[in-house]
Amino acid sequence: MDKPFAITLDVGSSLANKTGSWRTERPVYVDLLPPCSNACPAGESIQQWLYRAEDGGYEAAWRQIMADNPLPAIMGRVCFRPCEAACNRGEVDTAVGINSVERFLGDEAIARDWAMPAAAAATGKHVLVVGAGPAGLAAAYHLALAGHTVTIRDAGPEPGGMMRYGIPAYRLPRTVIDAEIGRILSLGITLESGVTVTDVRAALADGGFDAAFLAVGAQVGKRAYIPAGDSAKILDAVSYLHAAADQAPPLLGRRVAIYGGGDTAIDAARTARRLGATDAVIVYRRTRGQMPAHAIEVDEAAAEGVRMMWLSTIARAESGALVIEKMELDETGFPQPTGEFTTLDADAVVLALGQETDLSLVGGDPAIAVDDGVVQVGADQMTGEPGIFAGGDMVAGDRTVTTGVGHGKRAARAIDAWLRGEPWRPPAQAALAAFDRLNTWYYSDAPATVRPELDVARRISTFDEVVGGLDESNALFEARRCLSCGNCFECDNCFGVCPDNAVIKLGPGQRYQVDLDYCKGCGICAAECPCGAIEMVPEQI
Amino acid sequence: MALQQIKFYQTGSFAVGNRLLDPDQRSVQSDTDRANSINSGHRACQGCGEALGARYALDAAMRAAGGQVIAVNATGCLEVFSTPYPESSWQIPWIHSLFGNAPAVATGVAAAMRVKGRSDVRVIGQGGDGGTVDIGFACLSGMFERNDDVLYICYDNEAYMNTGVQRSGATPPAARTTTTPAVGPEPGNRFGQGKSAPLIAMAHEIPYVATATVAGLRDLEYKVRRAMEFRGARYLHVLVPCPLGWGSASCDTIKIARLAEQTGLFPVFEAEDGQVVSVSKIRKRAPVEDYLRLQSRYAHLFTSPDGERTIARLQARADRNIARFGLLDGVPPSLPDGMPQPRSRNDDEAGR
Repeated sequence: MDKPFAITLDVGSSLANKTGSWRTERPVYVDLLPPCSNACPAGESIQQWLYRAEDGGYEAAWRQIMADNPLPAIMGRVCFRPCEAACNRGEVDTAVGINSVERFLGDEAIARDWAMPAAAAATGKHVLVVGAGPAGLAAAYHLALAGHTVTIRDAGPEPGGMMRYGIPAYRLPRTVIDAEIGRILSLGITLESGVTVTDVRAALADGGFDAAFLAVGAQVGKRAYIPAGDSAKILDAVSYLHAAADQAPPLLGRRVAIYGGGDTAIDAARTARRLGATDAVIVYRRTRGQMPAHAIEVDEAAAEGVRMMWLSTIARAESGALVIEKMELDETGFPQPTGEFTTLDADAVVLALGQETDLSLVGGDPAIAVDDGVVQVGADQMTGEPGIFAGGDMVAGDRTVTTGVGHGKRAARAIDAWLRGEPWRPPAQAALAAFDRLNTWYYSDAPATVRPELDVARRISTFDEVVGGLDESNALFEARRCLSCGNCFECDNCFGVCPDNAVIKLGPGQRYQVDLDYCKGCGICAAECPCGAIEMVPEQI
Repeated sequence: MALQQIKFYQTGSFAVGNRLLDPDQRSVQSDTDRANSINSGHRACQGCGEALGARYALDAAMRAAGGQVIAVNATGCLEVFSTPYPESSWQIPWIHSLFGNAPAVATGVAAAMRVKGRSDVRVIGQGGDGGTVDIGFACLSGMFERNDDVLYICYDNEAYMNTGVQRSGATPPAARTTTTPAVGPEPGNRFGQGKSAPLIAMAHEIPYVATATVAGLRDLEYKVRRAMEFRGARYLHVLVPCPLGWGSASCDTIKIARLAEQTGLFPVFEAEDGQVVSVSKIRKRAPVEDYLRLQSRYAHLFTSPDGERTIARLQARADRNIARFGLLDGVPPSLPDGMPQPRSRNDDEAGR
């Protein structure tokens, strides 16, 4: 009635027009498995902790690592970073330096003495862990957090296993080992050092344990028969590295040959250089491309002056010299002897031909199957004997610290379920966030921050740490290079690019919601999502 | 190790928002309090570039003018899909009169505001390429020549989409429309002389002329904000892909706009007083074929025997733009002697 001239209707809003009815597909927010996490032997949620680190939330980031892995500072030094090999950013410029950020977070945690997570209420169950290496420590940590009482028995004088006695100090300083292990033990875990478990069943019965996790590692160096003169000096790499760690290194002379092509061979060669060898030569029967040692390690060793002899075997060892036979690869890639010989001056030979496990502690138990020198376990790390689990180097798998930590975590989860009388189920895995799901246009171009390396000349004369850490600004920069594959990082793109205002922004940390009353299903949000966290799903019509 | 300046926010300036930025550095569109000048429920097609471009531009203008904006709309898709009687999607004062007179109506609104002493109220004229480049062109040129205090925004989707995809003066060569079918010796729109509204606007030497696309939100918002800093006639030309008329997938709207820029087919620049002062450099150069293949209006180029030659001609147009405006990094534009070199917009955006 009060309307202006010629106006008969009120102004109506277009909100009356529910354009959502046009839709044949709807956008759905998904959380996918980033390739880094998929590749991580310890199952870390890498994208999530990088996300927390990106805005300086270092403690939250560290806590996210600690949910899976209690050794971030160690991991940040010795992990072979399969995550970085899998990183989607590698296809844009170079992979995110995940490992260096992890190390920064681990070091921050030690420097700032961040408190450990709180343990659950005590369950009254008691678990025996045999071996205080990475697998045993990880299992003990997760079991203690779950509320179980844990006793670790370890044969060595100090805990750490191969982290202490196999990995040289220039790669992993002892202060870092002590700090991270001390923190785990502070959860109320009992450590009995210098105790060798010879019969696990007897130990279980005598101690009143409800379950056991075996992780004694593989510390018996494999020997190869090398015809040798009386005065030839031959020893195995595991003993050599152990002795070096004990500050009682054997005197090998000025020229040392190392036989083998794995990481242990590299460690032994670099250690020999640091202990005064002017010439450390790795003798390997195949080619560099076939070496099991990780490329980074090989490069660092070469930079320190370690020499490599490819396609060579040691035919005979004599005093002061080795007879080397040249090899050649056959059609199948297998090395075959050529009958051609050369001489290599060497005062000693270090055998780095792999390691085996001393399985005497399970020797008498027919239920615990052993095949190819390793204990057989199921997906839940349980042996054939109910309640006895095993992991780390003594079971099949990559023999790395990270793999051990992953075994320890999985075993702890399975032991926890077993103690509660529940079946263990592997955690559900989301679909992989592959590179082709990303819209990389939206990411700034930025190269990886290169870790500062100690001057080579200084490096070979000391056991100082070779690879330096990042400072805070660099670590932040590196964390921000994460593409956040398959997981929303709240960039507001979907909220911005919707022509229909049909994406609702829920606020920091709350992500977004699609207003299905108005979403026409055009799919721009999914196409322009940088990280591939939106999927178009057909409507049921 | 050398000190490294840390100014890196994961997605830089390319995503709409960024939780790592200070709130005052974020885009208008990332703000939950944005004006939403054109609201949900409008009847634009799925994936409409024009609906998106209009919201981007008007929300930025609303922010710059403190919410005091009156929009004058030419006839066209934008008007039709937003205001079917008695509904309106507009959440700002908005007026529609005729197809060809939007710049004149805007002039009138600006005059009325001046008479009322409301210098705080800013006037925006807007329309599609049909209403701007063809039908409303006389009014627009008059508005420029009188230097009326209006920001005129053209949402260019390169044909009369509302009435059924007829060719306009902004339709590019070789594109198929209903009035330029893909038949005969020169299928699609013929290679004419072209009609660049931004360059014609620059010839009026008005205070500010700029181009933008819906793929570059931060750039578009900057240009609206910058335009609002001037008084007098200003012109903004925004490329808005049309899934219906271009025959593209509705989800590819932004991708196609991005390719138009990255191929050099649509140069993005700004000009003050008739001189180019900045250009957006191509970040990831793409051949025109990448752009053409996504659109069925160019499908005949990939089936007819002469297609390859036509694609080469289109590539030559892109290359000419690249040389003329200096769209590649490190390559200055070919300007007459004495003209100052434009700066790179990418440097302005770096580190956002």
